[in-house]
Amino acid sequence: MLRQLHWELLIWLWLSHSDIAVCRFSTGCKGPVKYQAVGERILRIPHYPRYIYTAKTLYGDTAKRIIEELLLRGHMTMSSTVKTVANHLSLNMEEGKSSFSKLVDTYFLQCCPPVSASTPATTGAPESAPESFPDYYKVPTVGLISRGKRRRSSDDGDEQRNRKKARVETETHGDEGIYWQVNFERFHLHFRDQAIISAVASKLDQTSSEIVRTMLTMSTVTTPPTAICTQNLSTNQIFRSLPSNCSISRPILDEYLSLLVDDPMEFVGKSGDSGGGMYVINLHRALANLARATLESVVQERFGSRSAQIFRLLLQKRHLEQKQVEDIVMIAAKEAKDMLYTLLAEDLVQLQEIPKTPEHNPSRTFYLYTVNQLSTARILLQHCYKTMASLIDRRLFETEENKRLLEKSQRNEAILASLQAIGAGDEQLQQVKEMITQLEQHLEALRHLRHHINKLDSTENQVAETIFLLESYINSTTTAAH
Amino acid sequence: MAGRGGGRGRGRTNMTFNLEDLGIGRGEALPPTAVKPTPLFPPMTAQAVPLQTGEEVEYMLALKQELRAACKTLPFYIRRAAPRKDVVRYSDKYHKGEPRDNTIEWSPDWSRLPKELCIKVRKSQRKGPVCPPQVKAVKKSIMEKEEVLSKLETLEKKEEMAVNSGDEDEEEKKKTNEEEEQVEEEELDEEDLEEETDYIMSYFDNGEDFDIDSDDNIDEAVY
Repeated sequence: MLRQLHWELLIWLWLSHSDIAVCRFSTGCKGPVKYQAVGERILRIPHYPRYIYTAKTLYGDTAKRIIEELLLRGHMTMSSTVKTVANHLSLNMEEGKSSFSKLVDTYFLQCCPPVSASTPATTGAPESAPESFPDYYKVPTVGLISRGKRRRSSDDGDEQRNRKKARVETETHGDEGIYWQVNFERFHLHFRDQAIISAVASKLDQTSSEIVRTMLTMSTVTTPPTAICTQNLSTNQIFRSLPSNCSISRPILDEYLSLLVDDPMEFVGKSGDSGGGMYVINLHRALANLARATLESVVQERFGSRSAQIFRLLLQKRHLEQKQVEDIVMIAAKEAKDMLYTLLAEDLVQLQEIPKTPEHNPSRTFYLYTVNQLSTARILLQHCYKTMASLIDRRLFETEENKRLLEKSQRNEAILASLQAIGAGDEQLQQVKEMITQLEQHLEALRHLRHHINKLDSTENQVAETIFLLESYINSTTTAAH
Repeated sequence: MAGRGGGRGRGRTNMTFNLEDLGIGRGEALPPTAVKPTPLFPPMTAQAVPLQTGEEVEYMLALKQELRAACKTLPFYIRRAAPRKDVVRYSDKYHKGEPRDNTIEWSPDWSRLPKELCIKVRKSQRKGPVCPPQVKAVKKSIMEKEEVLSKLETLEKKEEMAVNSGDEDEEEKKKTNEEEEQVEEEELDEEDLEEETDYIMSYFDNGEDFDIDSDDNIDEAVY
């Protein structure tokens, strides 16, 4: 049983990891401090590998390491982050600092909002949005002593003295109290843009995806995160900002743009004719269509292509009677009936009653099948979360079952590694290896275990992508509705 | 109720809506009703699509596993304290690596956290805050002195009794003190009586000892 002390420690830890938002009474009221767990924040953990990978592809290894540190520790001061990263990768401080500032300038990192002692008690509202705090993206100027691995070449005496000094004085770098955290919203916007670009690339071709990418990069700073569509961009602007490797002439660009506008996915829309044609990217529509494609593919994989046909038809035509469905899709009545009922049982399709008479006589009522995209997306999102939970459960179960095996193999590896570190001769290594070789079946079992765990982990990553897509669609629809 | 009972003999039950609208034609057999809960792992009608593969996917997999391993080394990851063994062993001195208590050695920035969480942790192995240990230490030393004095007194009286005073704890010291005093009283009584008469008192049994042992069996039934 956890003692009282332990609970307090736990809360303290979670808070410092900024997984929980603290709601406090103002000091005047002197009420008890209230703690709140922010579920959303905890549910972002499956996406962590994706954040780190994005940082690496955009800004390189140093940035990747910075993001990793910040994700693991919640929030840190700039100096401590840069120091840790520089020591790990044996760089000097300047490179670390420049990577950090780059991340801040592109809004991937933001300053933690100051924890005020007097937030109003009743609302328990989350702290003010970061953008309202003017210094949120200002990098503090700090003087950091470069202490990369090159110090090994210096005298030992010098080192001893330095180390002693460092322990006696607590190092202050001038930015104490300014904590930084990862700006998840910015990463999400980036993922969304990536999804749109890759969809265009797979549906049309590489050039059109380049055009869309240009348009998106031009509007990252000007578009608020909850916007339905980006700002108007004229063809001239697009033409000027196209990357150099994508050299197409002006009339071809116009053709591509009109192709994009006519595409049924509705990613790009035309909003005017000035400046050679004003174009926007319909963010909300794009998300909705991507979510729709996800739903359709789910139906197709689970129930077959004919059910998928019915599903698509219902999405297109909204409300249809059973007879009409049969006629349009040209499937035998019995099969169509079966498929519709299966979809209904899975809650992917809903039944709408329209009474002919005020008595709601069942024999005189229209029963129409319909698909409500938003609610279907929500149901699918629930399924995804359940899947993720099962995957994690199974992975833990497999690890528990084979704990002994894993421990044994870890110990063997440690023994071998320590022997190698000492510098034992090859024959000695061989002898030790023979001594500790495990049975063939153990090795086989270990290999199986590794394979299973890798598969489960990889599936979790994939499910996380689907979760992200559905969630952003649902969020964008609900905010657009307000 | 009557309708349902009557319909049993005549075919399908009567319902308020037309069955044909639902698509169940006349004379068609309905699927059998289920008499057990749905299976835990229902049979899959379609195979799952194989996982994505590629460099990117494998890199992300490696990242994920590294993150998991790194999480375990953070100060945020509290490990359960090693359970206290029943007997204090010699090897415990060499196994002090794991924390014996659910405490961690790490202090965050207190300005960002509410004041009530800032508790001074007191562990017997570490130097805790100033006040409590001093008071306790003072009390302890006082108690020890008193007991030492009383011990010396009893030792003076009985030189032939072997007393293990040096190696025992405080509680056991108290107990032995009481026991010694009782034994002392009994011995004194016997000596006095012996002086008056010629009979050896220890051979005389005046029946007082008869019921003393039966006190132990109060809870059990007496037959």
